[in-house]
Amino acid sequence: MPLEKITSVAGRAVSVPGNDIDTDRIIPARFMKCVTFDGLGAFLFHDVRKNADGTDRAHPLNDPRFKGATILLSGANFGCGSSREHAPQALQKYGFRAIVAENFAEIFFGNCTTLGIPCLGASRADIQRIAAAVAQNPATEVVIDLAHSEIRFGGQTVKAAIRESAREALVNGRWDAIGDLLEGADRVKKLAARLPYLSV
Amino acid sequence: MPKSLFQKVWEAHTVRTLANGQTQLLIGTHLIHEVTSPQAFGMLRDLGLKVAMPNRTFATVDHIVPTDEVAEPYADPLADAMIKSLRRSCQEFGITFFDRATGKQGIVHVVGPEQGITQPGTTIACGDSHTSTHGAFGAIAFGIGTTQIRDVLATQTMALGRLKVRRINVTGRLGPGVYAKDVILHLIQTLGVNGGTGFAYEYGGDVFDRFSMEERMTVCNMSIEGGARVGYVNPDETTFAYLEGRPYSPKGAAWEAAVAGWRAVASDPGCAYDDVVTIRGEDIPPTVTWGINPGQAVGIDGCIPDPSKTTAVDEKASIEEALAYMKLKPGAPIKGTKIDVAFVGSCTNGRLSDFQEVARFLKGRRVAPGVKAIAVPGSQGVGVLCVSLGIDRLFRDAGFEWREAGCSMCLAMNPDKLVGDQICASSSNRNFKGRQGSPTGRTLLMSPLMVAAAAVTGRVADARAVFNVA
Ligand code: SF4
Repeated sequence: MPLEKITSVAGRAVSVPGNDIDTDRIIPARFMKCVTFDGLGAFLFHDVRKNADGTDRAHPLNDPRFKGATILLSGANFGCGSSREHAPQALQKYGFRAIVAENFAEIFFGNCTTLGIPCLGASRADIQRIAAAVAQNPATEVVIDLAHSEIRFGGQTVKAAIRESAREALVNGRWDAIGDLLEGADRVKKLAARLPYLSV
Repeated sequence: MPKSLFQKVWEAHTVRTLANGQTQLLIGTHLIHEVTSPQAFGMLRDLGLKVAMPNRTFATVDHIVPTDEVAEPYADPLADAMIKSLRRSCQEFGITFFDRATGKQGIVHVVGPEQGITQPGTTIACGDSHTSTHGAFGAIAFGIGTTQIRDVLATQTMALGRLKVRRINVTGRLGPGVYAKDVILHLIQTLGVNGGTGFAYEYGGDVFDRFSMEERMTVCNMSIEGGARVGYVNPDETTFAYLEGRPYSPKGAAWEAAVAGWRAVASDPGCAYDDVVTIRGEDIPPTVTWGINPGQAVGIDGCIPDPSKTTAVDEKASIEEALAYMKLKPGAPIKGTKIDVAFVGSCTNGRLSDFQEVARFLKGRRVAPGVKAIAVPGSQGVGVLCVSLGIDRLFRDAGFEWREAGCSMCLAMNPDKLVGDQICASSSNRNFKGRQGSPTGRTLLMSPLMVAAAAVTGRVADARAVFNVA
């Protein structure tokens, strides 16, 4: 199963600031009543983007200047809470291809990597610099360079960090593990036969 | 070299190291429910794959099931489609399904242990972050996403990076009226909501040694709220006594062999940990959250923080955001906060002992006027036991609604929801914005007895005083 090698993501960015943005905020549970992920993009950040009467609230994603952004900027502990893959799926279906934050909750990070969405950690000061450049000129092209672990924008370059196993998986087109896992089938059977609770 | 339980279980289940450095880990037990698995079955069909070990996957329904009108078809067509989709997939792939008709349905983290499926020394995965609950038995239990559910269905394995292990000792004794829920809320408050990132938490010490299995489950359940992917307690006599005779527990000679294996899997004395934290049980008060993440908590005698009193920029911003949402007064005592709804249930505190403990004190008391109080057993099994012990009666007589098993008001996927900016005293595990179904609804997390105290007084109260707990 050949997968795309994700060595860089280039595009416009939008900043959704804040720490501890949880997956309930990214996609409220009531929109998880679905048997496919297809329509989830429409409900991304729903409760902070919409008033009870369905009209828009002030939110970066409702700001026409940032329409079409493919890179999301945020704060610390992004994606905490529920393990729902609906959250990264909603981000991806909405159009996001990469996320830059101070750091990420564990399960969310793994879920994103498996979908081919790189999650990069950067310092708060650097994220603020990118956000400031984007706020000034929303057309600024931001380049997430996984080969060099850096982010370039408006003539500037900042360092970015991503766990080596995830980086390796993305740049080599191995981010979806299923192919690798299926190859190990014989060993799995042998190992299972050795474990008492699986051999009965 | 002495080893930790985590290390032993990890090594015993390692298939191989993958090209990216991750481990291909064998998952012995796979639990699934209706919200996160239908899409995984869809992916499986798209790839033309089968379920590798259907006899090691167990399904139930919990999130979307109504707790009052339980007959199908459900009033909500989306919910109805989800349960039917799961039922069809289980039939197609030969998976055991604890459907309502079996009498074994319930919240997946209540059902696994109750059926004896959750066992020491095993690896468990489930598409739900509170899978850490099963660690109470000395299992390594991971909450996973839907694509990983597909991986486990198709290969009975998943790709994972190894975790570090933090040993958390809770020494001494808990005071009267202080519960497992307070222990974990206090720990999260102390170590932070992302303090556990990259770690498995191993809980131990006198307090855990004395804890029942249900209390251990309450703590392990919320490991994830402290950022830890897994939490576990080493198996001991309490664990074995709980498991003996359960439907899926080994029987006869196999039981003896299993127990010997389980004893051996516990962490060896003197094994190395990446970090050790020690907390005195005596220092843990009944704890209540005031904010929008489980770490924003105070002891019952404490006050809601005042952002003007802190100089740390981040902390100030997060307190301000929380108070704006919660509409609470900075500096005010948490005690006395008026509540609208009281909820006893969830995979954190919806087990027999939770209802038993509340029932002990609820006799002769009444839910305060204007408060809606609901009690929801975590499984049909828990419900049946409560009825046979007359516990449901005590709750009903006190003015609680007694419901059928499910996740209910822990999250907003079934008809049980907050309305407007109602404030709920809840025995569940998450107080995120909008968690209980209204985008402006507010949640205060606390132990079941503290929920009962809030229910009967209409305000956040010290259960020890309300019920003369000594
Ligand atoms: S009770 Fe709540 S936390 Fe537990 S599985 Fe159900 S929804 Fe999730």
